[in-house]
Amino acid sequence: MQLATLLIGLISATALWSGVQALNQQARHSYDRAAAIFGGARTAMLVAKDGGAFPQELFVDLRRAGWPVSPVVEGRIQIGGRSLRLLGIEPVTMPGEAGNAPALARVELQAFIAPPGRMLVAPETLSQLKLAEGARPQANNGMQLPPLRLQQSLVPDVLVVDIGIAQEILNMPGQVSRLLVGKAGGKRAALASVAGDRLQPIEPDAASDLERLTDSFHLNLTAFGLLSFFVGLFIVNSAVGLAFEQRLPMLRTLRSCGVSARMLNGVLVIEQVMFALIAGLAGLACGYFIAAALLPDVAASLRGLYGAAIPGQLTLKPQWWLAGIAIAVLGALAASAVSLVKAVRLPVLASAQPQAWRQAQQRWLKWQGASSVLIFAVAAGLLWLGDSLLAGFAVLAALMIGAALALPPILERVLALGEGISDKPLARWFWADSRQQLSGLSLALMALLLALAVNVGVATMVESFSRTFLVWLDGRLASDVYVFAKDDRQSNDIRTWLRSRSEVQAILPTGRADVQFAGDPVEVFGIVDHATYREHWPLLEAVPNAWVRLRPGDAAFISEQLARRLKLSIGDRIDIPATNGTWRLEIAGIYADYGNPKGQITVNYAALTRYFPAIPQTRFGLRVEPAQVPELIAAIREKFMLDDRSLADQATVKAESRRIFNRTFAVTAALNAFTLGVAGVALLTSLLTLANSRLPQLAPLWAIGVTRQRLAAVELLKTMAVALITALLALPLGLMVAWCLLAVVNVKAFGWRLPFQVFPLQLVQLVGVAMLAALFAALLPVLRLARMQPAGLIRIFANER
Amino acid sequence: MSGLDSGVLDITGLTKSYRSASETVAVLRGVNLRVGAGESVALTGESGSGKSTLLHLIAGLDAADGGEIRVDGTALSGLNDAGRAALRRNRLGLVFQQFNLIPSLSVEDNLKFQSRLAARHDAAWHTELTERLGLGDLLRRYPEQLSGGQQQRVAIGRALAPKPLLLLADEPTGNLDEDTADEVLRLARDLVARSGCGFLMVTHSARLAATLDRQVTLHAGLIA
Amino acid sequence: MSAERITRRAFAAGGALLALAAKARAQGFAGLEQKADGFARVTPGRTFSFPADHGPHPEFRIEWWYVTANLRDAAGTAHGAQWTLFRQALQPGTNLEGWATQQVWMAHAAVTRADTHRTAETFARGGVGQAGVEAAPFRAWIDAWQMRARDGFDAGKVTPLELTASAADFSYALRLTADRPLVLQGDGGFSKKSEREQASYYYSQPFFKVVGDLAIDDKLAAVSGLAWMDREWSSQPLAADQSGWDWFALHFDGGEKLMLYRMRQADGAHYASGNFIAPDGKAMLLATDEIAMTPKGTTEIAGRKIPTAWHVAIPRLKLSIDCAPLNAKSWMGTSFAYWEGPISFAGSHRGAGYLELTGY
Repeated sequence: MQLATLLIGLISATALWSGVQALNQQARHSYDRAAAIFGGARTAMLVAKDGGAFPQELFVDLRRAGWPVSPVVEGRIQIGGRSLRLLGIEPVTMPGEAGNAPALARVELQAFIAPPGRMLVAPETLSQLKLAEGARPQANNGMQLPPLRLQQSLVPDVLVVDIGIAQEILNMPGQVSRLLVGKAGGKRAALASVAGDRLQPIEPDAASDLERLTDSFHLNLTAFGLLSFFVGLFIVNSAVGLAFEQRLPMLRTLRSCGVSARMLNGVLVIEQVMFALIAGLAGLACGYFIAAALLPDVAASLRGLYGAAIPGQLTLKPQWWLAGIAIAVLGALAASAVSLVKAVRLPVLASAQPQAWRQAQQRWLKWQGASSVLIFAVAAGLLWLGDSLLAGFAVLAALMIGAALALPPILERVLALGEGISDKPLARWFWADSRQQLSGLSLALMALLLALAVNVGVATMVESFSRTFLVWLDGRLASDVYVFAKDDRQSNDIRTWLRSRSEVQAILPTGRADVQFAGDPVEVFGIVDHATYREHWPLLEAVPNAWVRLRPGDAAFISEQLARRLKLSIGDRIDIPATNGTWRLEIAGIYADYGNPKGQITVNYAALTRYFPAIPQTRFGLRVEPAQVPELIAAIREKFMLDDRSLADQATVKAESRRIFNRTFAVTAALNAFTLGVAGVALLTSLLTLANSRLPQLAPLWAIGVTRQRLAAVELLKTMAVALITALLALPLGLMVAWCLLAVVNVKAFGWRLPFQVFPLQLVQLVGVAMLAALFAALLPVLRLARMQPAGLIRIFANER
Repeated sequence: MSGLDSGVLDITGLTKSYRSASETVAVLRGVNLRVGAGESVALTGESGSGKSTLLHLIAGLDAADGGEIRVDGTALSGLNDAGRAALRRNRLGLVFQQFNLIPSLSVEDNLKFQSRLAARHDAAWHTELTERLGLGDLLRRYPEQLSGGQQQRVAIGRALAPKPLLLLADEPTGNLDEDTADEVLRLARDLVARSGCGFLMVTHSARLAATLDRQVTLHAGLIA
Repeated sequence: MSAERITRRAFAAGGALLALAAKARAQGFAGLEQKADGFARVTPGRTFSFPADHGPHPEFRIEWWYVTANLRDAAGTAHGAQWTLFRQALQPGTNLEGWATQQVWMAHAAVTRADTHRTAETFARGGVGQAGVEAAPFRAWIDAWQMRARDGFDAGKVTPLELTASAADFSYALRLTADRPLVLQGDGGFSKKSEREQASYYYSQPFFKVVGDLAIDDKLAAVSGLAWMDREWSSQPLAADQSGWDWFALHFDGGEKLMLYRMRQADGAHYASGNFIAPDGKAMLLATDEIAMTPKGTTEIAGRKIPTAWHVAIPRLKLSIDCAPLNAKSWMGTSFAYWEGPISFAGSHRGAGYLELTGY
């Protein structure tokens, strides 16, 4: 039984931890792949000032001026209705640090660069295209593409060919989209002396780095993994403790036979390590399945939130397995450290000292109470002084550890109170005995408290987010139809055509320019002055007549994220580097922009096109009589051959946003459930562990005349009562956690703050779930007691034990 | 053997055997024993002779294979689990070698536990017991804070508090030194006499056995 | 000068490019055992024509432009400089235009002082202008490195030239002048490199005088001295049983020049050859049994034992000299690693030169 408990604890600890690690690793691996596609975000680049393509002569000129640059041409092609990114690279000059250039064997360089060339493709994309390696797909424009070649490390939805071949496919002869800048030193001529003002450098640290953006998401996952891991270790700790108690006589016998303490300990450590290895492997297998099950949701979240493409197939590195085993072994040893130390110090002779549990417990409770006060103080200090995401999580951690430590003293008080007010002997015993059991159950109860508090906290946060987000979404998606034209010409054609349609009430063009502002990429978003926005667009803060202020083009609304990051408020002025000089804007409003990793500045559309004349004017929304939306969409689609990506109605966009949103928290919810489950197992194992040592306490009552059934019922009631008190304590803690998540962690991680709301029904539900978990955990040991044969109890009274 | 002059305890032809893996050991082979009201009896015998087994059977903690035990005329074989528990609660007092106090309860709560559980609490008797056992200053303490002799006095008090008809004691002084043992046993005898209940004590000490009214010896599964 | 050098250089040029793409250091000589099918063949009796032959010969598989210089600054401190541009055709046949061209380029540059040795390498595709060679006006370039004709260029003496290279931690700009004609190596420029069919077209200009500037870590020094240029092209790769070679290019204080090499073969039979050039430009071929080359000391670099000190004896020339490296750690840690650096020698004759050691 102890073995099973021990293994369960180790397996669940390892499984959740390594499952989360597998997810993180998979995601990081994907970012690496994304970054590795030849000047993803990790390489410094030179791009045209206007963002467009430029002649490859600039590449040659720069090389000849000492610049270690490598050209890339990029565009999109359609294969069988799928739109794919086509990258043309130059493998010979590709900087080594630009990521993993395609692994071309020596014979393949020629095949890659000489027509027809080779088209490198990720395994996922190859299977999505339903093509075999070596096949030559046909682009939608009828062009025969180079033979496909599998490239494991490539990111999905990207095709890579030689630059010369890409120029031909994209019909961009002699043109390049950007130049990757290698780190190779050497004397470089000044950029302007070679390229004039045509090119501008992009530093490699630009915030489009997925890894940085998604850090908070992974920190969140890791925090859950860690929590589960510790809960699992609670189980191991209690199991090892029990096993040790049970083997005390044997250990004494061995010691008295002359086995040294060191040798005994060595054997015990080896035994632990063996268990840890077995359980670690099993845990890793479970972790793998957990990760595989959660991966689609994680991938959806990351794609929705950050645009990061994570393949749905789980691939794991050997390091993951090794790290998982290592953490299982270390965890097992840490959890059994106390017992091992006891074994070393074990006196050969059993001392007949009475179990002074009461004094020991009082000391222990005092110590815990003091520690918890100290840790709460640390949490308060961190809250006051900390300004980073890590500090936010540290506040959370301190809050939870403090609460966990405070739990036993608080329970003690409550139970003492109960003992004080009850008069019936069995009732007094009920409270008094619960108090005595506290030291044995406290670890499991702490686990329950933490799991429950986190559940309450996260559920509250998700629900708060959900409500706020949906209201916000309704306001932001005010147009009925969204159109993204292929280019300015098509855009003009569509708009001209739309003006003749009676059901179209308004055409609302939007524009977007990307700028570097205060070191980060920021979107400048242009909207026209229209009642649609005035009536729907939700503003968090605004000057009076804000919408009127926006009109002349010297004022802007900024997103909450940007305001928080740069500590900007209403009335402040900002200078935007526009194509036509610096653009000074006064902040007239701040709005929520949930889910956008970039900061956003909203300005008047006409002003935007004045300052950024080169931006594509291809996006616009339409106000349409709702009933006529499907008909209009069908008409536009037929007339202008737009696909689903370029034409969407409000309902579809909203549904998509909601779907992304829901999946974002599906992972959190699943991990939540796992954590609660593990806490339940911890409670079960603790109760099983206690059950055996409790017989001497129960047998006298039986002898005095309390039936086994009654005893069992009281025992069940005791567990439920303690669990209920714990659950009730978890509620305020959980709400504190929720507040911390909303007001500290989210703000730091995402840049937005959501209103804090309490959802009582949800709390009742969670307490119910906790009680159910406690009931299941308590049932087995209690049933065993109720059915125990008298002989088992009589043994307690035997004179020779 | 007739019902008219039945004592508080009447045992006839009691048998009990234990099954181990390879053999069946007959521990009691037809024990007959009677303890009258106010009578104190010492049950002696060698180690493993079945003294404790007999005591457990009398207390209804275990069931006999054959024969009959009557406590105050009530046949134990006719009682179910709950009935036997009620019998223990209301009619019997049990004292064990290991004291078996309830560690989470104070001395006072321990003393009152059985009497209140049985709804037979008598404040005057409780006060008298407390005084006679010398526990007046210890009522707020917990068992772990008491010496062995003190603990056994609490156990005796607890067993006698509901005014049982029969006090059963299994080596009650086995864990005590000689002086303490003598004192505890003297107290027990006095209180038994005061309450007028029967007293059956298992002991291996002939010296202690001699202090009781009558001595019986269990040998080869029978009482000589 | 010889066949072995061709093969090594060929290997380095083509192989390094491919290895770059493969992100792996291909080892061994595997690629060079290929037949030269489809490429032009090297045959005896070719008539050289300048300046045309200073330009590239794309129908041949491999080709290089190569200069080593022994220099001293105003204080008399010895320096060495190396500049090499390699061309390789990845496949035979019609030369394709633009990015599709099969011509790829690689270059090595190095400077050496007794206390330091700096190297750099770079790569380029042909076809778009990043690297190339034009015969007239003569110009060989890759990135910012170049070797080009100066005013009053004499194609028959390939003089005067300007030679530049720069890297993170060194750079140089040298002016080269020669007053004697080019030397056609081997049999009128047809240089056999084995008893089998391997051979190259090969000519040299060993009589360059140099002045210029050389900077190490931005410390600029005016330098002057002697330089040696080799031009070689071929299609036939190295024989399978050749493991490497030891090559000398020596400037005697008396104005004579000596080129020597020893080719190490797997069967242990080392094959030596040489060419002694009198101050007036007259050449004297030296056969294998006339040359004794003996390693006298080794240096351990990059986990390899490299013979950097040598004794050379050629009885026919009454020559017996000991060669010592300027910097024993003249290791070219490029994609294809080898040892190449300036040396000085003393004994029956005195002077300076360059030593190249490969395949260790």
